[in-house]
Amino acid sequence: MSKAAIEVPPKGGFSFDLCRRNEMLVKKGLNAPSFLKTGTTIVGLVFQDGVILGADTRATEGPIVADKNCEKIHYIAPNIYCCGAGTAADTEAVTDMVSSQLTLHRHHTGRESRVVTALTLLKSHLFSYQGYVSAALVLGGVDFTGPHLHTIYPHGSTDTLPFATMGSGSLAAMAVFESKYREGLTRDEGVQLVAEAISSGIFNDLGSGSNVDICVLTKGHKEYLRNHLQPNPRTYISEKGYSFSKKTEVLLTKITPLRDSVHIIEGGDEMEE
Amino acid sequence: MDLNSGDLNSPLSTGTTIIGVTYNGGVVLGADSRTSTGMYVANRASDKITQLTDNVYLCRSGSAADTQTISDYVRYFLHQHTIQLGQPTTVKVAANLVRLLAYNNKNMLQAGLIVGGWDKYEGGKIYGVPLGGTIIEQPFAIGGSGSSYLYGFFDQAWKEGMTQEEAEQLVVKAVSLAIARDGASGGVVRTVTINSEGVARKFYPGDSLPLWHEELEPHESLLDILSTSNPEPMVS
Repeated sequence: MSKAAIEVPPKGGFSFDLCRRNEMLVKKGLNAPSFLKTGTTIVGLVFQDGVILGADTRATEGPIVADKNCEKIHYIAPNIYCCGAGTAADTEAVTDMVSSQLTLHRHHTGRESRVVTALTLLKSHLFSYQGYVSAALVLGGVDFTGPHLHTIYPHGSTDTLPFATMGSGSLAAMAVFESKYREGLTRDEGVQLVAEAISSGIFNDLGSGSNVDICVLTKGHKEYLRNHLQPNPRTYISEKGYSFSKKTEVLLTKITPLRDSVHIIEGGDEMEE
Repeated sequence: MDLNSGDLNSPLSTGTTIIGVTYNGGVVLGADSRTSTGMYVANRASDKITQLTDNVYLCRSGSAADTQTISDYVRYFLHQHTIQLGQPTTVKVAANLVRLLAYNNKNMLQAGLIVGGWDKYEGGKIYGVPLGGTIIEQPFAIGGSGSSYLYGFFDQAWKEGMTQEEAEQLVVKAVSLAIARDGASGGVVRTVTINSEGVARKFYPGDSLPLWHEELEPHESLLDILSTSNPEPMVS
């Protein structure tokens, strides 16, 4: 039987040819450029009034700590936040992308975003990139249907759980959760447990460190506790201080935040389902 | 079906035991609940029996991402098909849609699936759709890494025309035997029974399963600690 190679027109979509070439180069001995990874501890848990998300704040570039106080809890919607582990650029980009898509969706529908919408957008994007977008996420939020917590893996699979951990410190944090989690925790108990789980990751995992960030999401209300715990203060500060050479120009930076002008219609038609 | 790299960045696979069994009047689907990434159990209480329509369910094994995506697509197509047909879809149609996706994308997917359900024309039916994308109608089907340990068991224990209780007991016994021997299977046993009356979901926690050869009684297990109102941290 003759095997004629049929020329198929390119179907569009992402071309993985360069990925294969990169893998071949690495095999031949080329040092791949390093990238910023959030070797991380991220957690989420469902408590009686909603969802609590937690994260450490260390971003690593191989063995070096590139950012001692980065933000790993990303905004998706006013009622939905997402912790990201893996390549920092990938988690930032994918959460920003879904956040914009949801803003447009809210304008189209006139309703508060649902967590499952964010989940489906994220999982279908990650699946289509077959795991090359290295983003492992803990997505949590409270919408009309109640509190939700999901984990999303780089290949696009998802799990729905009452408590979840991801990242290099996930085993340390999961040990704390499996030991102390129970249903119907109060807000303070939940925050305390999340802080303990993240601290466990910070102190027992080399890829996690610095401070604890926490985000508490309840019906109609969110509390972003940036640097809720700072168990790694800088203890030695040199008295000599730093001096800049006389040629250095000192500039002033002023950032004007954009106005948050999304107007959610209260009491619009409620979808019955 | 767990992957050999053993690091947390390897694709999430349902190293699994899945079973589908027909009985006199319907089908019983069963599965364990362990999802593993290498040597770590990513989810100890996952649900591997996914709903496709009111009367057809799917047992998933292999790559979690691939099987979740396939089931999402098939659920969407079946929903459209039900609207266009004007009546509930048959199990055969559902199984064939699964097979088309699995076969036409065989190079990119790693999915071993069992489709089971009940319709008014054929009654209870089980279709296996293993790795290459074949479709095979069987009186019972097993799949996943834990199924290797069950071929002999089913050769001996399976019989035609069981009652619903017998079929459920068979499925639970089989999954618990596979859990005992397969490291990639574990957690709880979930079953879904589908017949003319509808769908019934059952859940068997680990401590309710029978103990097999050389297994010990659970002592200070996680379930005992969690069921007390103020669990103390584990002390050895």
